[in-house]
Amino acid sequence: MFSYYLELALRSLKRSPGLTALMVLTIGFGVAASMTTYSVFRAVSGDPIPWKSAKLFVPQIDMWGPAGKGSDPTDPHYGDPPNALDYTDAVALMRDHRATLQSAMYMISPSVVPQQAGKHPINAGGHAVYSEFFPMVDAPFEYGSGWSAADDARRAQVVVIGDKLNDKVFGGGNSVGKTLDIEGRDYRVVGVLGDWHPHPMFYDVVNTGGFYMSGEDLMLPFNTAIAAGMPNQGSTNCSEMPRESGFVGLQHSSCIWVTYMAQLDDAAAVQRYRNYLDGFARQRYPQWAPNTRLQDLMSWLDYEHVVPSDTRVSLLVALGLLIVCLVNTAGLLLAKFLRRSGEIGVRRALGAPRLAIHAQFLTEAGVIGLAGGVLGLLLTGVGVAGVGLVMPKDIAALAHLDTSLLLTTLSVAVVASLLAALYPTFRASRVQPAWQLKSN
Amino acid sequence: MTLHPILAALRRHKAGVVLIALQIALTLAIVCNAIFIIGNRVQRIQRPTGMDEKNLFMVTQLWVGAPTGDDKASIDKLDAMQRTDVQTLRGLPDVESAIAINSLPLTNSTWSGGIDLKPAQPHPTAHAANYFGDEQMIHTLGLRLVAGRNFTAGDVHHMGMRGQDVPPLVIVTRALADTLFPGGNAVGKSIYMDHKTPSTIVGVVARLQVPSVDRWASGFTWNSVLIPTRLDGNFSRYAVRARPGRMDAAMKEARAALFAANPMRVIGDDADSNGVRSFADIREHAYRADLGMAILMGVICLILLAVTAAGIVGLTSFWVGQRHKQIGVRRALGARKIDILRYFQTENLLIAGGGAVLGVVLALGLNLLLMRHFAMARLPVAYVLAGVAAVLALGQGAVFVPARRASNVPPVVATRSV
Repeated sequence: MFSYYLELALRSLKRSPGLTALMVLTIGFGVAASMTTYSVFRAVSGDPIPWKSAKLFVPQIDMWGPAGKGSDPTDPHYGDPPNALDYTDAVALMRDHRATLQSAMYMISPSVVPQQAGKHPINAGGHAVYSEFFPMVDAPFEYGSGWSAADDARRAQVVVIGDKLNDKVFGGGNSVGKTLDIEGRDYRVVGVLGDWHPHPMFYDVVNTGGFYMSGEDLMLPFNTAIAAGMPNQGSTNCSEMPRESGFVGLQHSSCIWVTYMAQLDDAAAVQRYRNYLDGFARQRYPQWAPNTRLQDLMSWLDYEHVVPSDTRVSLLVALGLLIVCLVNTAGLLLAKFLRRSGEIGVRRALGAPRLAIHAQFLTEAGVIGLAGGVLGLLLTGVGVAGVGLVMPKDIAALAHLDTSLLLTTLSVAVVASLLAALYPTFRASRVQPAWQLKSN
Repeated sequence: MTLHPILAALRRHKAGVVLIALQIALTLAIVCNAIFIIGNRVQRIQRPTGMDEKNLFMVTQLWVGAPTGDDKASIDKLDAMQRTDVQTLRGLPDVESAIAINSLPLTNSTWSGGIDLKPAQPHPTAHAANYFGDEQMIHTLGLRLVAGRNFTAGDVHHMGMRGQDVPPLVIVTRALADTLFPGGNAVGKSIYMDHKTPSTIVGVVARLQVPSVDRWASGFTWNSVLIPTRLDGNFSRYAVRARPGRMDAAMKEARAALFAANPMRVIGDDADSNGVRSFADIREHAYRADLGMAILMGVICLILLAVTAAGIVGLTSFWVGQRHKQIGVRRALGARKIDILRYFQTENLLIAGGGAVLGVVLALGLNLLLMRHFAMARLPVAYVLAGVAAVLALGQGAVFVPARRASNVPPVVATRSV
């Protein structure tokens, strides 16, 4: 029966090529516009580490008290603890070591001096982290591995480098064991990261805003970087000016510049950690009631507004466009179906049940949807390529076509046209056979 | 011509009429808001920073192995290195002037703070961004001094990047001066940047935008303070004005000359890093997201209007076909071609008018939603009225082709049975 309806549909579509083309174009453009904006939205709002994000947590502690509460009570974050830690608290949390895995971190940007003569020094961006950082975020290693807890403790001169820096300085290959000159000191390479570009850069959205083109060039042990006086390159936020000057003064101040992440494996562990944070805050800041937060990764990304609001607005507007296209298709289908009242009358008079009429016209709508979907796919391809021309590079680079986007595009097109066809089909099935036969 | 027959006919096509009206309403709602977004973004992109941007470029560099400490010896060493660089740049044949500066408008690297009118004031009177440079700052950036005087070489101090000295003299922008001293005449008055030490305003410049174009800085976009202090750190930025028409040459010379003076430094040279950048490039980069949004909204508006026009053509064509015989009868009874044309045009005007009324409500609703969740401004009435005019015109334009076909139906059709 389906093949018969398919044949009827094709024949009917061929009969009015103008109207058919109009519907296919409408569906195609509508779907393509929404899918293109969706591809950008998906890229920036996705879960960067889906297999583990529920176990990763970011603690916040109020180290400023009433003085740092903020001045705008309408701010949704008013009264919340600051979004990073000061040095003293971060180091104390590391020392207490209450989570399965944890790392304090801060952003560094030292210069690296290539070995070859005649090459200018280069600037390398990265983070100073603890050894547990690598297993915690499942960082993939091409060669070697991270350093050990013992290296953390004795401030070893070791470094993990990114694949890009490896290419630039050592010309690629297994560089484990080689020596890298960072700010005039020698560090031993213990690991080379694989192609690792998590988007958003979830472990430090405070400093990177989530999107950061180059990825990690190098990672040093936290204590080693502090001992070398490697200053913080991320943001620094102070409620009051540091009493002493310089980087050491910053370490003694209540200014926040260290970010923190902890892995907690189950609900009980999360509860225990919450209690621990409260106890920690009560002990350190007895002057005010403990004010702490512990948010899992996805809530944290949402809290930090990692998804640019422009992306949401464009998705909203593109969805509006899709709805208009739906309404438009519904109108055109209505016209098309009702034009064939005579044919419907004959079929009904010859004994076709309403259900058969439904099936016939929904098949026709499905064919239009499929054709619109194929056109939509082509246009989405053009759109995703065009995104690179108009959107900021760091975001546009993330938008791409893949199988799931292709399938979504096709199914959105078909489902949209079926939805649009619901009312016209209903009207078609209500055609009174007697009237049609009489007027002919 | 009376409306009655049109209304009677419309009543027989309720579903089609409702769909077209709904489509026009949604189109109006989206197009109004999208055009408003485009307007806002274009306005943002075009606003001048207050600098003479032509011939201006920025060099960002990092010394390798330079002292990082905050002791006097380190800072003096860094200061000497910085002054050497500035002298090197000033000596280039294609360079008109050059300064070391902590940041430039649109580069996002912002040093900002509150400004008080009294010591120990609980809430700052204004928020402002600081630009640290020497006495050539106004000349190199091409700012316009509107009151008071420029800095002299004797006013200029230097301190470490993390130093906390408060400058005794400052120059402020007119926007900041007006906020702080609405009565006018800010020159000679004192402001407090650290709750306790006064700084005297010696001059006022017409306009200078703050470095950040992000939302957090939107409350003080034009509040800038010029501070006669060279900041010494292990990295530095130089604003360089090239001689007219010598921009490319000056940019090449600058890189080469700095490396020749001291090879132990990093000046980024790929697209991601910002070693030597023209201000036009900085501007394009800063507003790329806004331009992208404006283009995207423009494309969506075009598709939307095209789809709606196509929908009107399609559905009206269907109605014309359906009423073929009735049109023939009207023509046979004496209606002129123009009457038939008018009929379909009036019919479309009624439907589009109904849709536009609903669309205005939807447009304002969508604007409220955007205001609540995305910090949009209120949609001005002019945009709504322009949108209504646009969809009505679109309807008339789209209906013209099928309506003319209808008017060409010959009267003889009335005599034929279908």
